[in-house]
Amino acid sequence: MSEATLGTRVALVGNPNSGKTSLFNALTGARQKVANYPGVTVERKEGSAVTPNGLRVSVVDLPGTYSLRARSPDEAVTRDVVLGRFAGEVSPEVLVCVADATNLRLVLRLALELKSVGRPLVLALNMFDIAEKQGIRIDREGLAEALGIPVVTTVAVRKRGLDDLLRQVDALASQGKAAAISTWHEPSAAEIRQAHKEAERIMRTYVKPPLRPDTWTGRLDSVLLHPVAGTLILMLVLFLMFQAVFSWATPVMDMIDAGFAWLGQAVAQYVPDGLLRSFLADGLIAGVGSVVVFLPQILILFFFIILLEDFAYMARAAFLMDRLMGVTGLHGRAFIPLLSSFACAIPGIMSARVIDNKRDRLTTILVAPLTTCSARIPVYTLIISAFIPNRLVWGFANLQGLVMFGLYAAGIGSALIVAFVIRKLIWRSATEPFLIELPAYKVPDPKNVARGVLQRGQIFLKRAGTTIASMMVLIWFLSSFPGAPADATQPAIDYSFAGMIGHVMGPLLAPIGFSWQMAVALIPGMAAREVAVAALGTVYAVSGEDTGSLAATLAHQWPLASALAFLAWYVFAPQCMSTLAVVRRETGTWFWPGVMFAYMLALAYVAAFIVFRVAVSLGA
Amino acid sequence: MRLSDLGKGDCGHIRGLTPEGHDGPDEIGHAELERRLLEMGFVEGARFQILHEGLVGRDPIALKLDDMRVALRRREAGAILVERDS
Repeated sequence: MSEATLGTRVALVGNPNSGKTSLFNALTGARQKVANYPGVTVERKEGSAVTPNGLRVSVVDLPGTYSLRARSPDEAVTRDVVLGRFAGEVSPEVLVCVADATNLRLVLRLALELKSVGRPLVLALNMFDIAEKQGIRIDREGLAEALGIPVVTTVAVRKRGLDDLLRQVDALASQGKAAAISTWHEPSAAEIRQAHKEAERIMRTYVKPPLRPDTWTGRLDSVLLHPVAGTLILMLVLFLMFQAVFSWATPVMDMIDAGFAWLGQAVAQYVPDGLLRSFLADGLIAGVGSVVVFLPQILILFFFIILLEDFAYMARAAFLMDRLMGVTGLHGRAFIPLLSSFACAIPGIMSARVIDNKRDRLTTILVAPLTTCSARIPVYTLIISAFIPNRLVWGFANLQGLVMFGLYAAGIGSALIVAFVIRKLIWRSATEPFLIELPAYKVPDPKNVARGVLQRGQIFLKRAGTTIASMMVLIWFLSSFPGAPADATQPAIDYSFAGMIGHVMGPLLAPIGFSWQMAVALIPGMAAREVAVAALGTVYAVSGEDTGSLAATLAHQWPLASALAFLAWYVFAPQCMSTLAVVRRETGTWFWPGVMFAYMLALAYVAAFIVFRVAVSLGA
Repeated sequence: MRLSDLGKGDCGHIRGLTPEGHDGPDEIGHAELERRLLEMGFVEGARFQILHEGLVGRDPIALKLDDMRVALRRREAGAILVERDS
């Protein structure tokens, strides 16, 4: 058993936005571990703290919830851990119910529900400084007496009240009382009403309403939720976010790229030419590089998402976007992941965790790679510059730009249609109700934001990164083995496994107008979409750097219909191993990446087939 | 009168829930919808004021419910019976 699980086991439970995670961070500092609960895709955050008496406690941060009746996979974890029936998880000895001291109405009912579980329970009134500033008067002793549990006040971001809280945990744990028999059962509507009345009564007796209520939330909302102004501001925020992910990340990504290229060359200098050099430089270093290169985008995207979440703006964005997303049957919260996928599907898919509903989350993940990610741009640019004449149509529109726009539109349109089809045909379900709290705005705590962003980066490198790097090595292997014979007349890749697979696939791809050279280029192109450009260069034995001459070669070699079919293929095809690896990591099984691969491949084939046949019949 | 019939600025209090009354098939069923609404604070007697409406079809709506803020679609608001202040 690991060190962190020694000592009293404490679980933090509370409403969303109660500052539970910042209390967890304050208690455990850097001593945290993030893992997954076995079998589900819910994150398990555990850390350790030391009480004033010098005892060690292990703290688990459970997903936020309004009740123990689970409505999402996250909430089911909270329920099962609290009730001590989560397989493979030792049940907590002390529960800490974390409450936003300025917003006690719903959490008091949750506290009553938690009491019926029978485990020792402490209520922590967090953000107590804000409550004091607003002039909310809470009779702490009265509240403790009425609830029958100790009540402490905390200010997580200033680390105030933590010792009090830990002392209470110690006291409860040292009483050594075995947990009473749980009387918890899923409450009926009548019982919820009853509990709410009781909570209401306690609230009226021991909590006096604020003398100086928060007016900022109302004032900000009148702008940020305004139907027109609010939507424009959201667009501006998203534009900034998109720009940041898209363009701020590029210089850093270029640096990383260059760094790994330099490293590859450095290795090449010291290692003699041959398999080992090729493995180190083109397989391993290039493989690790292809993981690290995503990091800037992921960090920037999560910086924005966590900042907006902590500021309490995310709920507003969901409100504003709900109707638009409703067309596809998705929740307003699906908007951010889909938009982020325009930069790269990987951070987009990782950010789908903001969606509570499991089916909505899966649907969003499945359609995310259809939106045109930045890695498709080099492929589109190459083919368009080779085949589409650079001229004006209808007097004002550039034909090349128009084709590019069409490819983007095809991506968006197909994402929305596929999302709709998945919901209607596969889940066969009506839409999940949209019912969310709009929390009061809060100034984000820089330390919590930084910790959250770094945690995301770490998770990506550790979990998805290992899969991505090993796939890159696999693709390198397929493209380099067996080596070309001494009297080779063709580029080396033709003699490799990738070449053989390409030749075998050739007849399958002939109906959509692909030559076997194109088929060969698709194999290394699985590493990442933009790699297809270099792969085409390799196949046609043209320097991959010089896309001008590559475009000329392609224009000479490919019929126009094949080129258009190739573009259609790239709108849909699952040509990105990293995406599949991340979907595996986020869904916890290879089943969903399998589904994604199959449906995208089918769409790509059909689309390329139609485009090719129509183009041929039109004389292209 | 249902909450879904009201517009921005209207205020009043909650009289009860009729999850059966709201139209369209529902993924979660009537009993579950009722419990979720209760857990969000839509209990008999709670005071509300509609603060904001969405751009398209004035949907969803954001309201102050006692001392917290909640947003929901008009579809679900159709399950909430209210009495408007005159």
